[in-house]
Amino acid sequence: MSKGCELHRDGDWAVLRVWGEVDLSWSQDVRRQVLDAFAKVRALAVQLDAVSYIDSSGIAALVEGFQHARGKGGRFALLAPSEPVRAVLELARLDRVFPIYADLEAARAA
Amino acid sequence: MNDAEAPLIEVVGLQAFYGRRRILHGVDFSVRRGEIRVIMGGSGSGKSTLLRHLIGLQRPVAGSVRILGVDAGRASARELLAVRRRLGVSFQGGALITSMSVGDNVALPLREHTALDETTIRIMSRLKLEFVNLGGFHDLMPSQLSGGMTKRAALARAIVMDPELLFFDEPSAGLDPVVSAELDELILRLRDALRMTIVVVTHELESAFRIADRITVLDQGDILAEGSVAEVRASADERIQDLLHRRPRPVEVDVDDYLRRLTDEDG
Repeated sequence: MSKGCELHRDGDWAVLRVWGEVDLSWSQDVRRQVLDAFAKVRALAVQLDAVSYIDSSGIAALVEGFQHARGKGGRFALLAPSEPVRAVLELARLDRVFPIYADLEAARAA
Repeated sequence: MNDAEAPLIEVVGLQAFYGRRRILHGVDFSVRRGEIRVIMGGSGSGKSTLLRHLIGLQRPVAGSVRILGVDAGRASARELLAVRRRLGVSFQGGALITSMSVGDNVALPLREHTALDETTIRIMSRLKLEFVNLGGFHDLMPSQLSGGMTKRAALARAIVMDPELLFFDEPSAGLDPVVSAELDELILRLRDALRMTIVVVTHELESAFRIADRITVLDQGDILAEGSVAEVRASADERIQDLLHRRPRPVEVDVDDYLRRLTDEDG
């Protein structure tokens, strides 16, 4: 499976769709996209349903995004994390830290 | 797990010597990706010597050791270093650098081996402290840690790079049963969530039975048995049963060997 990430706007939110294996070799791209998104919007959702693996450098990019949003009074959400993503989040108890929703509608409504 | 894939570790006919004393007598050993392998054996069984070969700290003088596809006997120093970067090792005594805080100890491999920005390094290393239940302790110095905390900090440092292959020397030795059970649970989750292949050296039976996919029992430099937990438990071999039931074993004395060990000048 290929890997990558793509940012698109959906109203006042930006959605970063990430797919494939997120590891040290390119997790810094995800980080840059996350931080760039906050230059344009105040709310970012990262869609993770097609992520087959994520290492801790990938998780670090998400943590930094969340921290950034909180610092600026913005919003940050994870959408539909796949099982492999959930397993890593749970390892660090981050499943209880990140706002996690099934889809953008749910995040908007929260 | 792909059965056709080459093993991550492949040892064939490994012999090792300490002076004239043969420590390993032609050991064959292989570990597949995604496996948790426990190496058991008493003191003097050769398990530490085997471990030193598996992490590339000692090159084989006889027999071969392949780690992540690289022949440790033939690899250049640079190739061996590249392999070592893909391994995590949690040493028995912790081996933390005493002049650095826990956080800096854990972050050290990332600072040495990657060009990641400092924010990512900080988050990654503190995440690992969270994994091992040391969240918030990054500012402490190693001298302020208890034995169990030192072991967990060493594990956090060993996994900070998300290694493909993790070696853990005596995870439970000297720990209280609750912390020891937590570490076992963490080992299983590291394999499942972060896809690590893990080799644990231990003499704690309970822990071995909890985490192992396969167990290798070493005794006086030979592999006494290798198999699943059930197979090792069911083994009829007397020495294995001695080990399982903690029965002391008779010490065999070879007079010539003994005298030579005490008196040889160049031994």
